Amino acid sequence: MTDAIDFDSATATELSQQLAEGKCSSRELTEYYLKRIDTLNPAINAVITVCADEAIAVAEAADRRRASGDATPLTGIPLLHKDIFCTQGVRTSCASKMLDNFVPPYDATVVSKLNAAGTVTLGKTNMDEFAMGSSNETSFYGATRNPWDTECIPGGSSGGSAAAIAAGFAPLSTGTDTGGSIRQPASLCGITGLKPTYGRVSRRGIIAFASSLDQAGPMTRSVEDCALMLNAMAGVDAGDSTSADIEVPDFRAGLADDIKGLRIGLPKEYFSDDLSPDVAARIQAALAELEAEGAILVDIELPHTRQGIATYYVIAPAEASANLSRYDGVRFGHRCENPADLQNLYVRSRSEGFGEEVQRRILVGTYALSSGFYDAYFKKAQQVRRIIHQDFKNAFDKVDVIAGPAAPGTAYKLGAKAADPLAMYMEDVYTLSVNLAGLPGLSIPAGLINELPIGLQLIGRAFDESTLLRAGHRLQMRTDWHRAIPPLSTKTSPTLGGQA
Amino acid sequence: MSVTPADVAQVAQLARLDIPDTALDAVAERFSRILDMVDELKTVATEGVEPMSNPHDMTQRLRADTVTETNHREALQAVAPAVEDGYFLVPRVID
Repeated sequence: MTDAIDFDSATATELSQQLAEGKCSSRELTEYYLKRIDTLNPAINAVITVCADEAIAVAEAADRRRASGDATPLTGIPLLHKDIFCTQGVRTSCASKMLDNFVPPYDATVVSKLNAAGTVTLGKTNMDEFAMGSSNETSFYGATRNPWDTECIPGGSSGGSAAAIAAGFAPLSTGTDTGGSIRQPASLCGITGLKPTYGRVSRRGIIAFASSLDQAGPMTRSVEDCALMLNAMAGVDAGDSTSADIEVPDFRAGLADDIKGLRIGLPKEYFSDDLSPDVAARIQAALAELEAEGAILVDIELPHTRQGIATYYVIAPAEASANLSRYDGVRFGHRCENPADLQNLYVRSRSEGFGEEVQRRILVGTYALSSGFYDAYFKKAQQVRRIIHQDFKNAFDKVDVIAGPAAPGTAYKLGAKAADPLAMYMEDVYTLSVNLAGLPGLSIPAGLINELPIGLQLIGRAFDESTLLRAGHRLQMRTDWHRAIPPLSTKTSPTLGGQA
Repeated sequence: MSVTPADVAQVAQLARLDIPDTALDAVAERFSRILDMVDELKTVATEGVEPMSNPHDMTQRLRADTVTETNHREALQAVAPAVEDGYFLVPRVID
């Protein structure tokens, strides 16, 4: 027997145990991951800001806290934050030239909560600019590469976070999901990612993209870790009037309970002929495991799945165009040189600061909200949103959980869809309706196709993350798909624990 | 094309963005393709359906109308491009 633990692939739950048993210190863990980032990040570009000195100091404080008997399960666990979360004193760029010089004077609520639990921030992760993209190619700091194949995209927009977890840069990362931005990169990088119910986690201090869709969640190596991290992230916040004033359960409680009789709906629209046979086979294999655990598979319909894409690509750009109007070169962010007058200052600061995809979405959103088009586009999309919401409600009369793919395929080559925004938008067909309906969605590794990962998506009722996590954990108790490590992750240092 | 280069120029003006004349055709073409895709919305009957702006139909909580914030002017202006005596500086707007 050996109780050796490999930092590159260990879950936070396992590391927490090691810390509790005194088998390692937070300082050792922190130094290990900082070194690994230093060595391997140049090939992946998942991390755009490293906070080495601060991290060591926080880790030492965590070790002292643990010694004093005041630790939480997360005390001393290193983690990364997507660069959309404001971090006091640490640049928060949203991967945009617009915010390349922005050092927030405050922490996002999620960051404060995780800091209070004692996590150690190693740095900030790369992303699509302002979270607008599904490939991480729109980052001002260059594309992130997929650790499974560095010629491939990691997905997006939380692609840096997903790639960092897969590459063993940290056991945990935060992400945000407006139309699939946690679940699709989780699928493409072979990690576990949860988009909680809209309102479950505070949006305060998260740079806004589409305010009625944005939601922050955990990106991890296991479902158990998602539960651990969500416990620290969730809850109503006076600083976000859309955060839900609803009881937060202990998401780790009952995680290992059985799922006998759990009814899992399979939308026929998710399993149509459009789905590649390779992906379908992996999803079916995962569903067979859940069936073996006692779940009951039920055919259902989500009739407006296709129209979800059109609905999303009106509502999200419209909200984005309003949110991004704040970047005007006056109070913070990029300002052009030598403006001729105030209008010139606005126009040039914005045109220089925003990249192509962001400008495209601002234009589409401005158009959809403009006089004469508002009813035909924005109001119409909001009406179809309610119909999509009703589709899910009808489905949840029959089932407890809905299952399908998290993405239409595995990671594709860098540049393959960069010239075609519409092809990129189609990447989100299985995820964005979930944001429109405000529901929780979990992406779990479901094995490899030609050495590239693919994820199973589980969708739950509003505020019922617990059922999703339980089903996901049961799946991970009987399979080891979430334990698969990309070929990049050759060891950079000895394992901890040694021979028992 | 459902959107002309002239339409794009007008929307860009509303959005305070500068699309160079040489790029207007290409932007209009992609813009049109997105709008053509969005036209899928027309296939859904929505008469009498209440528009949904919050997925839980929640109304925003109001807080008590009392001062809760302390003065953060220095911290907030520390990240501004140009300030003087506590004011944000912009080009002259009144001669």
